[in-house]
Amino acid sequence: MSQGISDSHVQHAVDAALAAISGASSSAALKTVATEHTGDKSPLAHLNAQLRDAPPEKKAALGKLVGGARGRVAQALKDREAEINAAEQAARLTAERVDVTALPSRFREGARHPLSLLQDRVCDVFVGMGWEIAEGPELESEWFNFDALNFDADHPARAMQDTFFIDPPEHHLVLRTHTSPVQVRSMLERPLPLYVLAPGRVFRTDEFDATHLPVFTQFEGIAVDHGLTMAHLKGTLDHFVKAIFGPEAMIRLRPSYFPFTEPSAELDFWHPTFAGGARWIEWGGCGMVHPHVLRSAGIDPDEYSGFAFGMGVERGLMLRNGVQDMRDMAEGDIRFSQQFGMVV
Amino acid sequence: MRVPLSWLAEFVDLAPGTTPEEVHAALVRVGLEEEGVHGGDTQGPIVVGEVLSFVEEPQSNGKTIRWCQVQVAPEGERAIDGGDAVRGIVCGASNFIVGDRVVVTLPGAVLPGPFPISARKTYGHVSDGMMASARELGLGDDHAGIIRLVTLGLQDAPVGSSALPLLGLDDAAVEINVTPDRGYALSIRGVAREYSHATGATFRDPVAVADVVGLGGGCVGQTGTADAISDGAACVSRFFPVTLADDNPIRGRTGISVFATRIVRGVDASRPTPPRMVSRLALAGIRSRSLLVDITNYVMLEIGQPVHGYDLDALRGGITVRRARAGDTLTTLDEKERALHPEDLIITDDRGPIGLAGVMGGADTELRDSTRNVLIEAAHFDPVSIARTARRHRVPSEASRRFERGVDPEIAEAATARVAHLMVKYAGGVAEPGTVVRGASGAEVVGAAGGGNDPVAGAGSSAGVARVIDLPADYIANRTGADYSTGEIVGTLSQIGATVTETASGFCVTPPSWRPDLTGCAELAEEVARLTGYDRIPSVLPVAPPGRGLTRAQRLRRQAADALAAAGSVEVLTFPFATEAENAVFGVAAHAVTTFETPMRAHSGGVASIRLANPLDQTTGLLRRSLLPGLIAAARRNRARGLTDISLFEQGLVFLPAADSEYGSATLPSGERLPSATELAALQAGIPPQPRHLAVLLTGRVTPRQPGQPTVAASIADALDEVRRVAHAVGVTVEFVQGSHPAMHPGRTALIRVGAHTVGWVGELLPALAAELDLPDVVAVAELALDEIIAASSDGIVARAVGTFPAATQDLSLVVAIDVPAADVRAAVAAGAGELLEVIELVDDYRGSGVPIGTKSLTFGLRFRAPDRTLTAAEASDAKLSGAAVATERVGAVVRG
Repeated sequence: MSQGISDSHVQHAVDAALAAISGASSSAALKTVATEHTGDKSPLAHLNAQLRDAPPEKKAALGKLVGGARGRVAQALKDREAEINAAEQAARLTAERVDVTALPSRFREGARHPLSLLQDRVCDVFVGMGWEIAEGPELESEWFNFDALNFDADHPARAMQDTFFIDPPEHHLVLRTHTSPVQVRSMLERPLPLYVLAPGRVFRTDEFDATHLPVFTQFEGIAVDHGLTMAHLKGTLDHFVKAIFGPEAMIRLRPSYFPFTEPSAELDFWHPTFAGGARWIEWGGCGMVHPHVLRSAGIDPDEYSGFAFGMGVERGLMLRNGVQDMRDMAEGDIRFSQQFGMVV
Repeated sequence: MRVPLSWLAEFVDLAPGTTPEEVHAALVRVGLEEEGVHGGDTQGPIVVGEVLSFVEEPQSNGKTIRWCQVQVAPEGERAIDGGDAVRGIVCGASNFIVGDRVVVTLPGAVLPGPFPISARKTYGHVSDGMMASARELGLGDDHAGIIRLVTLGLQDAPVGSSALPLLGLDDAAVEINVTPDRGYALSIRGVAREYSHATGATFRDPVAVADVVGLGGGCVGQTGTADAISDGAACVSRFFPVTLADDNPIRGRTGISVFATRIVRGVDASRPTPPRMVSRLALAGIRSRSLLVDITNYVMLEIGQPVHGYDLDALRGGITVRRARAGDTLTTLDEKERALHPEDLIITDDRGPIGLAGVMGGADTELRDSTRNVLIEAAHFDPVSIARTARRHRVPSEASRRFERGVDPEIAEAATARVAHLMVKYAGGVAEPGTVVRGASGAEVVGAAGGGNDPVAGAGSSAGVARVIDLPADYIANRTGADYSTGEIVGTLSQIGATVTETASGFCVTPPSWRPDLTGCAELAEEVARLTGYDRIPSVLPVAPPGRGLTRAQRLRRQAADALAAAGSVEVLTFPFATEAENAVFGVAAHAVTTFETPMRAHSGGVASIRLANPLDQTTGLLRRSLLPGLIAAARRNRARGLTDISLFEQGLVFLPAADSEYGSATLPSGERLPSATELAALQAGIPPQPRHLAVLLTGRVTPRQPGQPTVAASIADALDEVRRVAHAVGVTVEFVQGSHPAMHPGRTALIRVGAHTVGWVGELLPALAAELDLPDVVAVAELALDEIIAASSDGIVARAVGTFPAATQDLSLVVAIDVPAADVRAAVAAGAGELLEVIELVDDYRGSGVPIGTKSLTFGLRFRAPDRTLTAAEASDAKLSGAAVATERVGAVVRG
């Protein structure tokens, strides 16, 4: 049978195999082709088996002939397999194409309230300066809200702020009209020097309309240290408004009156992008802590001095982000907060 | 305070043509904040006219109009607007006669409103202008007829001349906000002085002007005794007897320290108020009433001293100033009968009370058109007494506003002189010399109270007692951070009226009588700083000691809010006001149940709530015990606006008074010193608990309608997840147990536990309650005590090594009775499986064919791992079966085959 191994036999088997391989168009067809042309019962396998009977002097040459043929077929199979795999993969990916704009989503658009976000940012600016953030009760004793802050019981300044009193009024409890009682608590509780910012809700008997809320948010700062002056107050506010509103922001102090500060000032604030053009807008009150206030907190006004300031977060949001109607901040309409999302 | 510019210009140099805006700009620099501008809105051709003739023409609507021919320019001249000298004008009024001079607004004029005048056809004529009433010109309320200049004493005004200056309509007023410390600025005198400070313009004190009107100094009586008459026999016969008898001083201060009177006899009270005075009063916001009353108001506005006029003939005997006694009543000018309080300082005559001192006069003795003889009173009352009376009777008046803020104690006599002068000038009659009675005891009492630290001590009660302040040389620089020369300090303080002398260590300053607010060095520092300008103060950033950042609670609260928002919830901030029902239903604690109860029966009735004394809305007069009513209101508002998929959260304080507890303090420590530790502790103990809560609410869909995915409706499961998010964000492990709450679905309520401690509850609203609230059937909510859950958190995590050997995973199905909580089964398996168990998860809860009725099959996925070797399947199986055995023992679980 050895005479059966001839160049033409081998060539014939190889040609047939290569033709079949290139004719296969799917991985399943290629698998069949592989079985037919390289399997145990294939012509090439048959030729390979005949090598056993070949004369020894021809064995090497024939072996090389058959081995080479089998190698060529195996390579062709491998190449074709890669081609088909690639084509099939490509077809699958094409088939798997989706409209990325119409996929189901489990995302829900949550939001922090912009007042909270702005308040957090304000806190971060002061924390960055080494200040601490303090809080206190919203329902306060009149002593903390008024008496300790140099509001005499019969002074008209006490009536300046429209106060919510707790029933019965003779028990001297109020909803705090400002966050200043936290300043008093800080002076009583914390060691000196003191640099504290107190953000929080405050309450006044204002009607609920586009420019007034009976419940609103303030942040107030107090610093008590050796040698503090109004210049330090100015420097702190300057730094703060630039941090929150950008480097173009400027501040100006204007004489005013608060029972707990002397000298007292209104804080005016200038920014080029205000609605209605660059101009000065009033944003809060400030001044040097009144010696009476230091004394009522047990601090010697001859040794220490302090400054304090207070601003409204709502007004800050209106100036900074163009909120027009204060009611939007209080009604809980989700669309209002969703405009801001997690960033103010 | 509204300040007519023509009036201001009488006492301080005001360049011609100075605009209200320029005056505002100057005043704001010294701290008088701009509130607005009034007047200046009457413009155009408004002239004096004379009625030549008229014809009365009845109209179909029942009215009768007058078709008038009015001369509006001298014979042979053109009118001010270039038109004819005689105009035809239709007039609806009938209070005038031929020959009357009237105010004609010609076409092109603009009246306050703005109300432009044009020639227009009406009642069959072209009315070429209008004859104006006082109201139309903004000069008062009178609209019964047109202005007849004869009634104003202006019959001689030339026909055709402009009526604007004649009636003071060319004036405008600036309105400024006067802070409570600066009572003196509630007067033209005070504002003129401040304008002078701001601009350097020359100031002329109207009180000095009043002094020279030539009415004489008059008599000065002694302390509270009408009989003690001083100089001049001529005074004795005319002296009006006054007794000051305050036997009940408030806070140690007598209520009355100066009482000046002056009599004007033979006045004609029916004469008109001069138009310039009417227009100034109108611009200042005070309605013209009658000549005599107008003059008292005019002088009050001018110099800041409230003045009261009595009809002398209505008085019975002399005047005594005293406190009211039980049973005293008074009918005040506003026709209200008032029961008086023993703290009320009152003016009395022989019949009893005739006035609430410094607040409002009585009806019996008021000035009338028939008044012939007038007693003028200008007094100095204690601000505290006046403030309390005005507040008690709810009659804040122009007078009480000034007394509360401090009136110059030195100007009472000048005020009576000025009023008398104006009455004689405009109403005729003869003024008698004035008298002043001083209550000398006031000063002594103030001294005993040690007024130095008393913030109201200066406000007038120390009348006649000069306050002297020692101002250290460097004080102002140390307070402001700017440098001031000695010359500037002395100059500025002298400018405001203080007497300043230099001392070895600084300055000795005596503030002027009209500045009771200047009580210490800090106040003087403000005066110097504001008058030299705050712009002078440099900007220096102070260096605080190194800080520690946010507190742990502050950080974790922020993380909790961020976690919820990032997961799709929207933060809202609601008002803390609540109704009775809201607090009763939501403001109670949930509790654990083992069997279902009728939830309403579990609710035991009333809860303690904090109540507002003066709520904005009587129905929401309580402070909230729960955040949920606020979230529910917000959800309803969103739904009303068409937003139905809602997920909300709020962090905020709730107010949880204990039942049967009294809060607050009947008395407060003085604000002038550090309270004792006991006093502070008492104040603190009187403040009701107000912990910070966090609440969530979900309703509608949590997975919206969209392609490729079914919608998912919000349920208790989502609320539980929100709680997990919060707990995770603050580093706390929470567990849920079946619970009950009166507002919640009895089968869908869970308590939130941290260890054995309940920190809140989760559930779905009772469907009936949801329906009542106009909300969908399923509203999932949770409320937790955020402070408590954060307190339970710890950052002392000790890290365990992460095992790297392969894991073995197995499932375990257990059949248990249907009401056994899965958490109990899970806990039992975990306990039995031992340390090799890394994770256990409930992966299936099956009920139906294949498991007995009344039971369920729970399948848990278990993952085992050993730290030091690869586990064999047998080891994992043993551990699993050990877990199953404990579950069998604890909850009767049977391994499902």
